[in-house]
Amino acid sequence: MPDHLSALQLILAGDPALFAIVRLSLGVSIAAVALAAAVGMPMGALLALTHFPGRPVLVVLLNAMMGLPPVVVGLALYLLLSRSGPLGTFGILFTPAAMVVAQTVLIFPIIAALTRQTIEDLWAEYRDELNAMHVGPIGRMTTLLWDARFSLITALLAGFGRAAAEVGAVMIVGGNIDGFTRTMTTTVALETSKGNLPLAMGLGAILIVLVLAINAAAWGTRIWSQRLTG
Amino acid sequence: MRAPESDLPLVLDGVSLKAGATTLLRDISLTIAPGVPCLIVGPNGSGKTSLLRLCMGLTAPTGGRITWGGRTDPAPTRRAFVFQRPVMLRRAASGNVTYALAQAGTPRWQRAPRAKALLQRVGLADLAHRPARLLSGGEQQRLALARALARDPEILLLDEPTANLDPAATRAVEEIVMSAAQSGIKIVMASHDLGQVRRLVGEVIFLARGTLCERAATNDFLDHPSTAEARAFLRGDLVV
Repeated sequence: MPDHLSALQLILAGDPALFAIVRLSLGVSIAAVALAAAVGMPMGALLALTHFPGRPVLVVLLNAMMGLPPVVVGLALYLLLSRSGPLGTFGILFTPAAMVVAQTVLIFPIIAALTRQTIEDLWAEYRDELNAMHVGPIGRMTTLLWDARFSLITALLAGFGRAAAEVGAVMIVGGNIDGFTRTMTTTVALETSKGNLPLAMGLGAILIVLVLAINAAAWGTRIWSQRLTG
Repeated sequence: MRAPESDLPLVLDGVSLKAGATTLLRDISLTIAPGVPCLIVGPNGSGKTSLLRLCMGLTAPTGGRITWGGRTDPAPTRRAFVFQRPVMLRRAASGNVTYALAQAGTPRWQRAPRAKALLQRVGLADLAHRPARLLSGGEQQRLALARALARDPEILLLDEPTANLDPAATRAVEEIVMSAAQSGIKIVMASHDLGQVRRLVGEVIFLARGTLCERAATNDFLDHPSTAEARAFLRGDLVV
């Protein structure tokens, strides 16, 4: 039977192993986006609204870190989290938790850098009006984050796309353990090298469809919100 | 609630403002006390906006001194500003007003009823739930007025609020400004529209090239301008 047909069969049959892998991948990436957003958005906004010596260096550094190679992040975390490493006591190496940490590190710069840019642009527009209303520093940050909410969805999506698609970091810190830390991307890599193309192709197709669906939903939200808030 | 300190009189003492090598305002001394509306008049580029921003405390002067009720740096709690192109927050019209109320320290439970009253005051009660950025130019300017009035100001500074509006919208804005003046709010408003100056009777401060040329009651200014610059401006000449 041709490979692409059996790939389709796997999906249509609702193969439980396959869907466990999809669930784990999504869970890890969504958790990483949530964590990176919780830290990255306030920090990006803070960076947009403050001025201090060395700020340009920090901005350039943050922008550069958007392109961190996943395998390097994986390796660094591997060294930190391994039994003899400084964070070895937590014992999370080769668990989904370690994969969430790795992807959080990977996408934090993306979310923080894009938030900084968005908030800085909006601040240029709002500055006079907020100063005239005597809005304090915390108020500025929360107001700008809230009013930029629909633009910031794009930052979240960029982070999610990066997390869902990367393979190097989760492979190293997760270990690609069957039924435990095996994600879509690590499975595709493994099954391809083993020559088991149907599963690899099935997962690849699901991965692409998911990313498309999430981007379409976000695009729809944006259009709808623009119609709603102008 | 403690009685708020007064921001009036607003006193400018030998104030100048430079941006790089350009002088925007030159040695302006001026006292703004409670009373009739004060119209800041002059051609484009004469420094009207700069003067208003200084009065609000949005910009610091590069020379001279500004005091509000005798204090040099009071928080702008008793002042409000309406910009020529107001920025609408990405919320509903009512959300814009409750935001301003919150920033002015209005207790949470009073915000909704007060926002409703303010929107009624500017004639936007029916559009309370409309996203502010989808309102027309005139409606946005009225919403900006509601936001400014939410601060319960003692001084209301307006920077050519009707410059981009059609006559009907201009009238609506002027009516709100006049009723605010009648309720005891000191109006300080920039304008280069002489019809508007005539309608909002009060006093005129005439600026040209960053210098305060003349200050007089509206009718005296319009009928008997005392400086050559003002005569040229009133004739419709370009004052460069």
